Amino acid sequence: MSLLRKQHSVLPGFGLSLGFTLAYLGLIVLVPLSAAFLKTAGMSWADFVAAVASPRVMAAYRLSFFASLAAASVNAFFGLIVAWVLVRYAFPGKRILDALVDLPFALPTAVAGIALTAIYAKNGWLGQWLEPQGVKIAFTEIGVFVALTFIGLPFVVRTLQPVLEELQPELEEAAASLGANRWQTIARVLLPELFPALLTGFALSFARALGEYGSVVFISGNMPMRTEIVPLLIITKLEQYDYRGATAIAVVMLTASFGLLLLINLIQKWSRRHHRV
Amino acid sequence: MAVVVTSTLVKSRALAGAPLRATQDPRWVRWLLIGIALGFLAFFLLLPLAAVFGEALRRGLGAYFAAVGDADALASVKLTLIAALISVPANVVFGVAAAWCIAKYSFRGKSLLTTLIDLPFAVSPVISGLIYVLVFGAQGWLGPWLIEHDVKIIFAVPGIVLATTFVTFPFVARELIPLMQAQGSEEEYAAITLGANGWQTFWRVTLPNIKWGLLYGVILCNARAMGEFGAVSVVSGHIRGETNTMPLHVEILYNEYNFVGAFAVASLLALLALVTLVLKSVVEWRHAQAHAA
Repeated sequence: MSLLRKQHSVLPGFGLSLGFTLAYLGLIVLVPLSAAFLKTAGMSWADFVAAVASPRVMAAYRLSFFASLAAASVNAFFGLIVAWVLVRYAFPGKRILDALVDLPFALPTAVAGIALTAIYAKNGWLGQWLEPQGVKIAFTEIGVFVALTFIGLPFVVRTLQPVLEELQPELEEAAASLGANRWQTIARVLLPELFPALLTGFALSFARALGEYGSVVFISGNMPMRTEIVPLLIITKLEQYDYRGATAIAVVMLTASFGLLLLINLIQKWSRRHHRV
Repeated sequence: MAVVVTSTLVKSRALAGAPLRATQDPRWVRWLLIGIALGFLAFFLLLPLAAVFGEALRRGLGAYFAAVGDADALASVKLTLIAALISVPANVVFGVAAAWCIAKYSFRGKSLLTTLIDLPFAVSPVISGLIYVLVFGAQGWLGPWLIEHDVKIIFAVPGIVLATTFVTFPFVARELIPLMQAQGSEEEYAAITLGANGWQTFWRVTLPNIKWGLLYGVILCNARAMGEFGAVSVVSGHIRGETNTMPLHVEILYNEYNFVGAFAVASLLALLALVTLVLKSVVEWRHAQAHAA
């Protein structure tokens, strides 16, 4: 422990707090996570490829990737507008709306899943009007997209809000006094300032969507090759006692998520440096 | 000349109505954007919320209360409370310890430690359950030993508690770390200099300073603990009245086409979510006030 200590502090409790933190982190997070990687390390390469690259798994990757991408893009666009409206404009009910943005964080995913299905199923609140028009949402890829949009909604708004609040009005006033019109000010001054936060929010929303399970399984219909997302495939394999297959897919997903986490950290580091200059 | 031009411009603006500042958008743009934002949020947030309560009350209040008072539903409420009552305090103790060592001392590997604490947020809920099956399941590392000693973890309550603890792991720590870093250690140094010991310093100086941040973390942690579905679904055996938490009970009832029952239990969780949002706003407000004072 004393090896780790770089400078002496008069405050007691360093050894105790760090020791407890490391033990708890190791037991709850690191050891169980390493179990997934070790289990897969015991597989032969051919078995691994067969487990993670079969046509059914590939179809699930494709759906998870594109539905998450579409959901994160929609959230980036509307999240920018919502954050802008919440920070810049005054209107009745604003504080309630602001609090409500966090609903997808607070509402259990299974509840969101059955609620969305009740809205978009054939005899549902909106489904009964949409289906006769030929628009099917529940039990299609669009349903997956709707659920992923719901659960990713707060990320962009919440990453943009503090940046928008700290933006100095002098910037926009300077641009305007130099002859820029409002659109030029937005496109050349505001958006570049907001871009790192927007990208972070987009990436967080995308990462969350990739791993999401509860809100999707009810509305997607879970048809193999068509509306099966990757987390569902893991569950399916587990139910067939195919622990190796399930773990192999989990390792692919974990690698993707950790890559995204790293990317998000890099974006934030880059934006902090960008801001200091 | 220029002065004259400006003054006529100002005058014409003043005549036309409120002066338009460089940071203000024209009224039609404001209302259009507010309209889009309200429409998007109403469509994606209010409609699902209304659907939960609407479907729960579809057959009237009698059916609703019968569904909520059902023995299996009550057993699921009890299990959800047990899981939250164990995992939330465990993560509070961890969050305080982690924030204490990260905020009060400097040591090598600190930023790595901070990143590792956030790791569970990057893991899919399904995988969060799977990794415990790999450790404690019948085929897992400790499986044979556990069977020999007749200890059940997977498909039993301990597994549910472990999976819940994993998914709610970072909540308290990530609220407290930046807060305690921003507050610095001067007050603690003063207390120690005046003769307080470590625990006295923590209880009388640090804890009062971080109470709103701590409460905020607890509220978020609790909401996730009670609502977790994917991770718990993997480690629970889905045994009615025994290993079903509320979200799992919602799923079982829904798959049996007992929609009123499913939405009734779901409405309790939705109420919990609304209470969470209210408490969260109150704490944010109090915290801002304490900060301003």
